[in-house]
Amino acid sequence: MTNPQPLIPHPDPLVIADRTFTSRLIVGTGKYSSFAVMQRAHEASGADMVTVAVRRVNISDRTKESLLDYIDTSRIALLPNTAGCYSADDAVRTARLGREAGLSNWVKLEVIGDERTLFPDNEELLVATKILVKEGFVVLPYTTDDPIACRKLQDAGAAAVMPLGAPIGSGLGIQNANNIRIIREFSRVPIILDAGVGTASDATIAMELGADGVLMNTAIAEAQDPIGMAEAMKLAVQSGRLAYRAGRMGRRMYANASSPLAGILK
Amino acid sequence: MNIVLNGEPHEVAGPLTLTALLVHLKIDARRVAVEHNLNVVKRANYDSTELREGDQIEIVNFVGGGSSS
Repeated sequence: MTNPQPLIPHPDPLVIADRTFTSRLIVGTGKYSSFAVMQRAHEASGADMVTVAVRRVNISDRTKESLLDYIDTSRIALLPNTAGCYSADDAVRTARLGREAGLSNWVKLEVIGDERTLFPDNEELLVATKILVKEGFVVLPYTTDDPIACRKLQDAGAAAVMPLGAPIGSGLGIQNANNIRIIREFSRVPIILDAGVGTASDATIAMELGADGVLMNTAIAEAQDPIGMAEAMKLAVQSGRLAYRAGRMGRRMYANASSPLAGILK
Repeated sequence: MNIVLNGEPHEVAGPLTLTALLVHLKIDARRVAVEHNLNVVKRANYDSTELREGDQIEIVNFVGGGSSS
């Protein structure tokens, strides 16, 4: 007997620009009850890239612990984001500061258009993407689940596109599954589904639709047990990826027996 | 001398360099990024960056976040 060989090669890394990541799950660093819980959740998630925000240092109170004391940057890449920026100018400025603070030219680019939905302003996003690409940044823009917006960002030089599944922090799951599938079909660059995941099955669905990775924060940080949920998300992403690569069966409108029809007792 | 530090008026004994300001504020230069009158200053240039009256300084660091906090 020969050993069965899996048809799908393992490992199956995520490649963005010139870097290879073991994990297809990217996680955030916000909303945790403590840095210690965050650190354990990061470990359980298996993620080798985490996103961080760029904010003013608190000048009057220097006693607070530093986030970076809880991230092993020898193993986990930092992805600075431009969260909270409402114009291309602000996002570009924040990206430049993030590059200097983290000594990496990667940026998760966000330009927000509305406070209540936190939906991206795709027009400003495209402007900022073009500027930052020209300055040598590896730009990962957070965008709507719009295939045309994603195509324009890709054409502008984005290293990956990050369409939303649902509003940031909503946990509503993938609202427009067919768009994610179409974006995958149209894109030459990796697609990272960013925002909207609420539970493990949402992450699996994103991967089954062909997303190359998933980014999440709240779904893990606000779970009753963030460490348990982080592990669930790791498995969900792996599972969805395997299912996507394996190719699902076709859909039928009626039943189709799995047992042979011949030899039935009459 | 008066500068604007992270959007707030701030009085420091001047003139001084950016390195001296960070020392005065007890901030570890390796963990922050600094903007001087809207231009990002490379870490290697902190020593040679002289602050003047009315200068605008932004000092930022990384904090926890996922998306638009």
